[in-house]
Amino acid sequence: MDFNITKQEELFLQMIREFTEKEIKPIAAEIDEQERFPIETVEKMGKLGIMGIPVPKEFGGQGGTNQIYSMAVEEISRVCGTTGVVVSAHTSLCIAPILENGTIEQKQKYLPKLSSGEWIGAFGLTEPNAGTDAAMQQTFAEDAGDKWILNGSKIFITNAEYAHVYIVIAMTDKSQGTKGISAFIVEKGTPGFTIGKKEKKLGIRGSATCELIFENCEIPKENLLGRLGKGFSLAMKTLDGGRIGIAAQALGIAQGAMDETVKYTKERKQFGKAIAKFQNTQFQLADMETKVQASRLLVRSAAFKKDKGVPYSVDAAMAKLFAAETAMEVTTKAIQFHGGYGYTREYPVERMFRDAKITEIYEGTSEVQRMVISGNLLK
Amino acid sequence: MKIVVCIKQVPDTTEVKLDPVTGTLIRDGVPSIMNPDDKSGLELALELKDKFNAEVTVLTMGPMQAEAILREAFAMGVDRAILLTDRRFAGADTLATSNALAGAIKTLEYDLVIAGRQAIDGDTAQVGPQIAEHLDIPQVSYLQNLEYDGNKTFTIKKQTEDGYQIVEVDSPCLVTVLSTANNPRYMTVKGIMEAYDKEVEIWSADKIDVDEAKLGLKGSPTKVKKAFTKGVKSAGEVYEVDTEEAIGIIISKLTEKFII
Ligand SMILES: Cc1cc2nc3c(=O)[nH]c(=O)nc-3n(C[C@H](O)[C@H](O)[C@H](O)COP(=O)(O)OP(=O)(O)OC[C@H]3O[C@@H](n4cnc5c(N)ncnc54)[C@H](O)[C@@H]3O)c2cc1C
Ligand SMILES: Cc1cc2nc3c(=O)[nH]c(=O)nc-3n(C[C@H](O)[C@H](O)[C@H](O)COP(=O)(O)OP(=O)(O)OC[C@H]3O[C@@H](n4cnc5c(N)ncnc54)[C@H](O)[C@@H]3O)c2cc1C
Repeated sequence: MDFNITKQEELFLQMIREFTEKEIKPIAAEIDEQERFPIETVEKMGKLGIMGIPVPKEFGGQGGTNQIYSMAVEEISRVCGTTGVVVSAHTSLCIAPILENGTIEQKQKYLPKLSSGEWIGAFGLTEPNAGTDAAMQQTFAEDAGDKWILNGSKIFITNAEYAHVYIVIAMTDKSQGTKGISAFIVEKGTPGFTIGKKEKKLGIRGSATCELIFENCEIPKENLLGRLGKGFSLAMKTLDGGRIGIAAQALGIAQGAMDETVKYTKERKQFGKAIAKFQNTQFQLADMETKVQASRLLVRSAAFKKDKGVPYSVDAAMAKLFAAETAMEVTTKAIQFHGGYGYTREYPVERMFRDAKITEIYEGTSEVQRMVISGNLLK
Repeated sequence: MKIVVCIKQVPDTTEVKLDPVTGTLIRDGVPSIMNPDDKSGLELALELKDKFNAEVTVLTMGPMQAEAILREAFAMGVDRAILLTDRRFAGADTLATSNALAGAIKTLEYDLVIAGRQAIDGDTAQVGPQIAEHLDIPQVSYLQNLEYDGNKTFTIKKQTEDGYQIVEVDSPCLVTVLSTANNPRYMTVKGIMEAYDKEVEIWSADKIDVDEAKLGLKGSPTKVKKAFTKGVKSAGEVYEVDTEEAIGIIISKLTEKFII
């Protein structure tokens, strides 16, 4: 792996930092406070190509790399964890499975509008009784000759209310276990498909997390994504890629908390000097910074392998595990360094701390990442 | 329509420090950016490209590193980029700079030449107007807004010290643009991915239409006699008092100085 960033990456960082600073940071606290989906930001990002970075130009995308995509999620999350996951779920969980498994017609139909941000994407795997044990799918898709009839529900679905395109995982043959699970593309407005209750959350409060309900929802035959019975492995591969996005989100949140803490400890004076002058501050900041940089290298290396087309699922699991735990640790300490002020909404570290927690849970809990890593080690 | 935009790479700071001994700018460790007024000039050109299909060329004189702002310009959407770089250009003052830029523009087709009002490092605001003189075309400086009739005439809102003027001018002409004229667009991801596949044309002094004696140090009549950083103002007085008392102190100080 080349540790130097490329010229394109350098130019991209210049653009994304200017964009996040001017367009996202100023509204981050507000969308959190109001639990408001940042639809205006999605529009702006769509125009600049941020909603379709790794999509080839022939499908209306930007022809970018996964590395640049992960840098985008990092930089966005550095100022707003909510906007980070909007981009990550859209790109990794909806665009990527279509790109990697879709027919040419599916790619032509969905990718251009998803890449331009005109359409937002979502992914529905989790159900009330199928969380970590995702194979316990209850949602059922019945083969009715010229169409599929979908029944069941999904919970905790990111981007739900605002999405136009949903990748939905469902059982097609109960007798086959995980080999009886398939993936489908469901469009917003399909009769029988409704959005249920919206969750009230600890963090990433601007992102819409809702229930998806399917009641005799008829979907066209051609909306099967990938092969029949291959939906479980499609979902697992999708999550492998998604973990790079979530690792980048965690990394961004941690970096954002570092930025705030370095600034604050140099300004805040107690006992006649800046608290940055205390050795406890210095040593803890050193440890925090080291972990953030280690997370970054894990994220970069997983994205690098994905771009090279070599296996990266263990790398993605390590990146997500380490970056998520680092984000929790760094944001916890960031509040500690801010003292009482850090516990209030006057300072962004309070929001960052709340946003960090989810990175240890979704797209595979930290325990799941440990299973992936050790499973590979002990196989 | 064909547009040439002159853009300059400058250190990213409004407070450029000077070396007290040599009187030259200290550029080490300061990141370089596209001069803000020039970026607005570029945005103006790109808006004309969007509306009237104009062809936009960016031109800069500088060392090889100045290529960075040309790549940025590609990622924003320009069609062509030229870097004037040659040891014979080195040590140029504003006159030699404008001679070199005008010499390059003379070899191009153009209906409109755009420069920034001034560069944040040199701050003279001379280069744009000088280029217009060398090219012998009309100029409108301090542009706030421009409208084009799609044919030959520009209607320009030009800022003055105490207001503005509306002037009409026919192409070919030169304008100098203020950074407040517009909000420059961001680079797009696709533009960034393609920026390094495009060609930045590197031109030496031989490629341009100007007498070599007018270039670089030789062509620079300006001699910097002394350059210095402004002395620090006195520290002022600090009062650690509550708001009420502070207001009283401020009012009495302002009255004392006949400000209020
Ligand atoms: C804000 C938010 C957004 C989400 N977005 C999406 C989305 O877009 N799409 C989607 O499909 N899902 C989404 N999810 C669901 C998320 O992926 C699941 O919540 C997650 O996978 C955990 O499942 P669970 O909540 O059922 O927890 P459970 O599976 O019930 O886990 C509870 C605890 O038990 C542990 N555990 C479970 N099994 C084991 C084991 N074998 N060994 C050791 N420990 C174990 C877990 O690690 C965890 O700590 C989202 C969730 C949230 C909160
Ligand atoms: C303190 C100080 C010290 C200086 N020292 C020296 C010195 O030692 N030797 C010397 O010869 N000169 C020196 N100069 C002049 C220096 O070379 C000028 O900065 C340069 O000629 C451009 O002028 P400017 O920055 O004032 O640009 P301005 O006239 O303010 O720029 C107006 C516009 O002209 C265009 N433009 C200007 N320069 C370029 C360029 N290179 N490429 C493309 N477009 C351009 C841009 O559109 C810009 O917005 C010095 C100037 C100052 C203020």
